[in-house]
Amino acid sequence: MSLNKRVVITGLGVVAPNATGKEAFEHALRGMKSGITRIPTLAEHNLGCQIAGEPEVSEEYKLSLLPQLLNKMLDNHGVIYGCLSGLEAWKDAGLTLDYDKFDPELGIIYGGGALSMDESIGPRFDLVNAGQVKKLGTKTITQSMNSGVSAYLNGMLGAGNRVMSNSSACSTGTEAAIMGYELIKSGKAKRMLCGSSEGKGKYIWGAFDSMRVLCRDSNDNPTFGSRPMSSTSSGFVPGAGGGALVLEELDTALARGARIYAEILGGDVNSGGQRMGGSMTAPNSTAVQACIKNAIKEAGVTPESIDLISGHLTSTMADPIELNNWVEALNVKTADFPLVNATKSMIGHCIAGAGSIELVGCALQMHGNFVHGNLNIEELHPEILKIIPTEKIPTATVETNLNIIAKANFGFGDVNSCIILRKFSS
Amino acid sequence: MTKDEIKAEIKGVIEPYVMQKELLDNLSDEIQLIGDLKINSAHVVDIVLDIEEKYDITIDDESINKMNTIGEAIEVILEKMKKD
Repeated sequence: MSLNKRVVITGLGVVAPNATGKEAFEHALRGMKSGITRIPTLAEHNLGCQIAGEPEVSEEYKLSLLPQLLNKMLDNHGVIYGCLSGLEAWKDAGLTLDYDKFDPELGIIYGGGALSMDESIGPRFDLVNAGQVKKLGTKTITQSMNSGVSAYLNGMLGAGNRVMSNSSACSTGTEAAIMGYELIKSGKAKRMLCGSSEGKGKYIWGAFDSMRVLCRDSNDNPTFGSRPMSSTSSGFVPGAGGGALVLEELDTALARGARIYAEILGGDVNSGGQRMGGSMTAPNSTAVQACIKNAIKEAGVTPESIDLISGHLTSTMADPIELNNWVEALNVKTADFPLVNATKSMIGHCIAGAGSIELVGCALQMHGNFVHGNLNIEELHPEILKIIPTEKIPTATVETNLNIIAKANFGFGDVNSCIILRKFSS
Repeated sequence: MTKDEIKAEIKGVIEPYVMQKELLDNLSDEIQLIGDLKINSAHVVDIVLDIEEKYDITIDDESINKMNTIGEAIEVILEKMKKD
């Protein structure tokens, strides 16, 4: 087995609260467009947080990517976002659908969080409770199993390598990309479609609402709700959507003349073990710092060379803790500290879909040479001001050459992932 | 409804489940749903649900097992419509 193959990103697909499709998403990021709106059903069901980031997916857009039968059958939003992002990434990579092709060197890792808590599930449970199980049909299980997106995508792509679906809460998306990167790097696969998605609605968001972790002070001002790193951050705004990336062995990508958005230089996935301050819902900072350091070490770059941190940064009291972990892990002079941005300031927290959507955003920023601004910071959190200069956290989009991005996500269960991207040069 | 009217409508019901659309061109009574139209066997369940909804009838498991061809499917629909 040959080791240390170079791995590049050649395709992107995204369904996000502020834009559907790669080009619209890049435009939305540059323009700092919020995708957060008031959702009437959340008020009707007495949620404290009545705002969220729901993608707008037109029938026309669905039909441009989904085969007719899938468009008719799919009603789980997590599955729809997943299939749309996966198919867009596939086509964006210049690849075609060939129903006669079987490719043992292609794999899929499309993860999810709580696919079975999408709002499409409610009417199904109503059927069961009414004794009408027969009406569930064949699409209930295939859309509620967590491997649903991978399975549906594979029906179109014919992958014969590893086809699986990770689930690591808010860390799922970045973890999926790192797993795909590791398979290609180690020579076990040549091409991987990686991503993650999360559905929407009162069930999943109600469960978070009950934990009292959502933003409840902006129901009348939805676009202001998600404000990571702010002195007034008051909880995260839930979101939905999906993101996908085609990862490829460099030689394979070059041989077919593929467009390369970025190279993946390294990545790490670890856990804090729910020890040393870590718990189901809080991170073990020592492990977070180790995850970041390990990823940088594997990438073989200096901390000083990192241009941008794309943080997890959810608009909760954990933001100052996260940034302190970045400061400790990078251990660079203040002047050398990278820029920091939080895509969640525009799209909210898309739970298991977050990492993939934000990673697509990183690839677009690297390829498009810009750092999107952070929306809604009127005043930085005082604990952040103590450790990071204000100018490192831009409130307007900056056009700048980006060479290296560090992207991280952290999830319930005390799990961490960090990936390092570099602008591609042969 | 006549047999021919149902046949015309049933083509619309099964069309999404048929990947090779040209197989729908000559829909004779003897055409088999799985064997000839290459419909995924799991989707026969969904076709039955679509038919139940369209004609507001209930098709029991025994009848589903009889619906192997287009002609047999039409027979079952006609029979259930009479009863309901």
